[in-house]
Amino acid sequence: MTDVLLKISGINKRFGGLHALSDVGLTIKQGEIYGLIGPNGAGKTTLFNVLTGLYQPDEGEFTFNGKDLFRKKPNVVVEAGIARTFQNIRLFANMSALENVMVGQHVRSVTGVFGAILRTPKARAEEAAITAKAEALLAYVGIADRAQELARNLSYGDQRRLEIARALATNPTLLALDEPAAGMNPKETDDLKKLMEKIRADGVTILLIEHDVKLMMGLCDRIAVLDYGKKIAEGVPEEVKSNPRVIEAYLGVAPE
Amino acid sequence: MDIFLQQLINGLVVGSIYALIALGYTMVYGIMQLINFAHGEIVMIGAMVTITCINLLLGMGVQMPGPVLLLVGLLMAIPVSMFLGFAIEKVAYQPLRKAPRLAPLITAIGVSIVLQQVAMLIWGRNYRPFPSILPTEVHIIGGAAITDLQIAIIVLALLLMGGLFYLIEKTKLGRAMRATSQNPEVAKLMGVNVNHIISMTFIIGSALGAVAGVMVAANYDQAHAYMGFMIGLKAFTAAVLGGIGNIGGAVLGGILLGIIESLGSGYLGDLTGGVLGSHYKDIFAFVVLIIVLVFRPSGLMGERVAERA
Amino acid sequence: MHETMKKNPLLLAIFATFVMVLPWVLGGFFENGNSWLRAVDFALLYILLALGLNIVVGYAGLLDLGYIAFYAVGAYLYALLNSPHLAEVLPAWLSHPPFLVMMVLAAIVAGVFGVLLGSPTLKLRGDYLAIVTLGFGEIIRIFMNNLDRPVNITNGPQGINHIDAVQIAGYDFGRPIEFLGLTFEKIHLYYYLILAFCALIIFVSMRLQNSRIGRAWVAIREDEIAANAMGINTRNVKLLAFAMGASFGGVSGALFASFQGFVSPESFVLMESVMVLCMVVLGGMGNIPGVILGAIIVSITPELLRDIINPLQMAIAGKRVVDPENLRMLVFGLAMIIIMLVRPEGLWPSKRRRAELHPKTKEIALQEKDSLQDAERNHD
Repeated sequence: MTDVLLKISGINKRFGGLHALSDVGLTIKQGEIYGLIGPNGAGKTTLFNVLTGLYQPDEGEFTFNGKDLFRKKPNVVVEAGIARTFQNIRLFANMSALENVMVGQHVRSVTGVFGAILRTPKARAEEAAITAKAEALLAYVGIADRAQELARNLSYGDQRRLEIARALATNPTLLALDEPAAGMNPKETDDLKKLMEKIRADGVTILLIEHDVKLMMGLCDRIAVLDYGKKIAEGVPEEVKSNPRVIEAYLGVAPE
Repeated sequence: MDIFLQQLINGLVVGSIYALIALGYTMVYGIMQLINFAHGEIVMIGAMVTITCINLLLGMGVQMPGPVLLLVGLLMAIPVSMFLGFAIEKVAYQPLRKAPRLAPLITAIGVSIVLQQVAMLIWGRNYRPFPSILPTEVHIIGGAAITDLQIAIIVLALLLMGGLFYLIEKTKLGRAMRATSQNPEVAKLMGVNVNHIISMTFIIGSALGAVAGVMVAANYDQAHAYMGFMIGLKAFTAAVLGGIGNIGGAVLGGILLGIIESLGSGYLGDLTGGVLGSHYKDIFAFVVLIIVLVFRPSGLMGERVAERA
Repeated sequence: MHETMKKNPLLLAIFATFVMVLPWVLGGFFENGNSWLRAVDFALLYILLALGLNIVVGYAGLLDLGYIAFYAVGAYLYALLNSPHLAEVLPAWLSHPPFLVMMVLAAIVAGVFGVLLGSPTLKLRGDYLAIVTLGFGEIIRIFMNNLDRPVNITNGPQGINHIDAVQIAGYDFGRPIEFLGLTFEKIHLYYYLILAFCALIIFVSMRLQNSRIGRAWVAIREDEIAANAMGINTRNVKLLAFAMGASFGGVSGALFASFQGFVSPESFVLMESVMVLCMVVLGGMGNIPGVILGAIIVSITPELLRDIINPLQMAIAGKRVVDPENLRMLVFGLAMIIIMLVRPEGLWPSKRRRAELHPKTKEIALQEKDSLQDAERNHD
């Protein structure tokens, strides 16, 4: 539990005049569930997008699993082992659930144009493996029975699950989840929590942004708090909860 | 004669015409993200109607000074083009607002073909000469020649652009147009009649197009049923060059394109000893466009589209 | 079509037989059967082109308005290597290459053009890409028009004449061949040749559609950012679609040049690109049978109208009121508008696209619920 998996330091990101992230640094260790919280507009999603390659930071360092990922494209980041979901679900709406997960395996498969056209034994074997793994992943997140349904027709909760399955299909070392519980009822949230614990137990490290503070405190091993683009605290939930700067910035001046 | 100045003047004249047409493309694109492929044909119809009106008046033996005749013809052409623009939107685009993005592009192409063919049925397949009613004397400024007509084109184009800016920035209609282009859904919730705004956009753009059409016909002394195609293409290129959806961009893009074309075809021939002569004029528009877009994907004045998750 | 036929071999057999005997049926039923067969040959070329463009537009969702440029590249390449025009300066090994070598060469050269155009421009958003490809198409055409000076390469607006037909296994497709008591003339031979290429591209498209590459294309079309975030190298995968489409365009062009015997810049105007795009969209983007249908309608309708309009006009008015050429294009334009208004998804859409446009009521309710939730969630 002590190996550092991901390390960033001195990350700065500006949008025009807005300094969205200033000098942010953090480390995520192998096998933990790492939470990222902060008030609205604190820069959580910006940081999340930096960590998944969608935004190119202006300055800083970013290493993951021994690889330098500073200012690398999302597909390179995925290849290195970081997979993500989106806050406002971005599935391939007119593809089936199964196809969505199959797309997720793109980066871990190799069949090219000629393999596909000639349908070589190798290509066929790979295609079969992709299908099998996709089915297994749908079962893993609990929506095996919806495999042939178009992603757009799935219920909201199932869409969230499908996004997680699709991300897992890239064989990530780190799974980054952007508000996976948003819009969920308590029952769904509870199921999601179990799913995340299962994923972690299977050896995948998790980075999590969430608004549901109770959920975060109960689930995360360590938490970082962002406010106005700066990291104001980092530590185990208990520490963070009692940190006065956090209470002031995030939980409001008067703690319960 | 000073060649540079001469080419600059010619470029400015053509460029102001491009700019007027480009405004029509860019306004429509700004509001509904649609390439109004038929806009070039509106320009052509504007030119054709004006020529017909002038010829009719001349045929009836009406004694009026040339510019007045021209104005009368123009005043007949503008409503025709406006109505066409309005009708095209209602028939070919409005029913497809929620359709896949390419569907209205295909109807636009269909409308474009229909208008060309109708124009051919009415006006024939030959070039229509522009009646010689305008004074042809030439002013010499700093060694370059410029006609009254060219001066009038530039001045009128500038006036119209100024008027459009005023309309968009200062009036209620303009505010509603800007709101609709930002976010039609929200604009609707705020009480903007989006259908009305879209119609107005087409009508205004078409009016500008009709004027531009007459300018083209007068400047080149002729009009043709297929003339809308190339000029529309150039004007659209100009709009993209400036940053499509951006009014100022369309003006800048149009004028720049006119000048680049003019200077390019003028000098390239000299530089290469006539090998790469003015035949390559039409290439400049596209080469410049590609270069600009490669380095500034949103055009010269387009907003940089923020990277968004 | 192919789904139904896979399930029903009888239907497939009937269809195949029909396609095989079509040239003879046309010859038997119509007095001017040969001119009809010629029209059918060109329709097949358009099918080839439309299916090539379908890879770019239908699968990968890249709006290419200059597709005809690749057709032009293939056609001119064939013309230069297989006509007397450059024969004196061309090294002997390059002149009249064997058929297969020639086709591969056309595919590669056009594909390289595709990559050259695509690599700087594919990051552009949809409509910008459209206008850049359009510009590229015009540039190619203008060069063809003017590259007769200082060195005469393309012979300018006159174009290149006396292009030899293809030779396969020693048979010259430019001369009639007797077989089974039938006389296969050039138009017959080319019918089967182009048909074979159509079969090839249909096969390739179908294989690609259900592959890792095909899925990546659809994913990019659906949501490029998400596709990139799932590890797809969007740039390369788009470039691949572009190059493949271009290659097919190049092969079609080479066939066109060898069939027609001459090429000139006039065959490669922007309107041609637009027409091919119309075929794809009218028929149903991304759906192979739909695209074929679109190509047939767009290329044959004007020919049909040619034979219908004038007699009809004579019958009704008793004289020639309007130029039939105008009227035919007018009807054609109107048909395009009407088809799109009635079926925006195309005449024969893929299942995916139909679902996009005609969601079942249950789906609508679900979506409305979701968009409400989205609205509530959009806070960060």
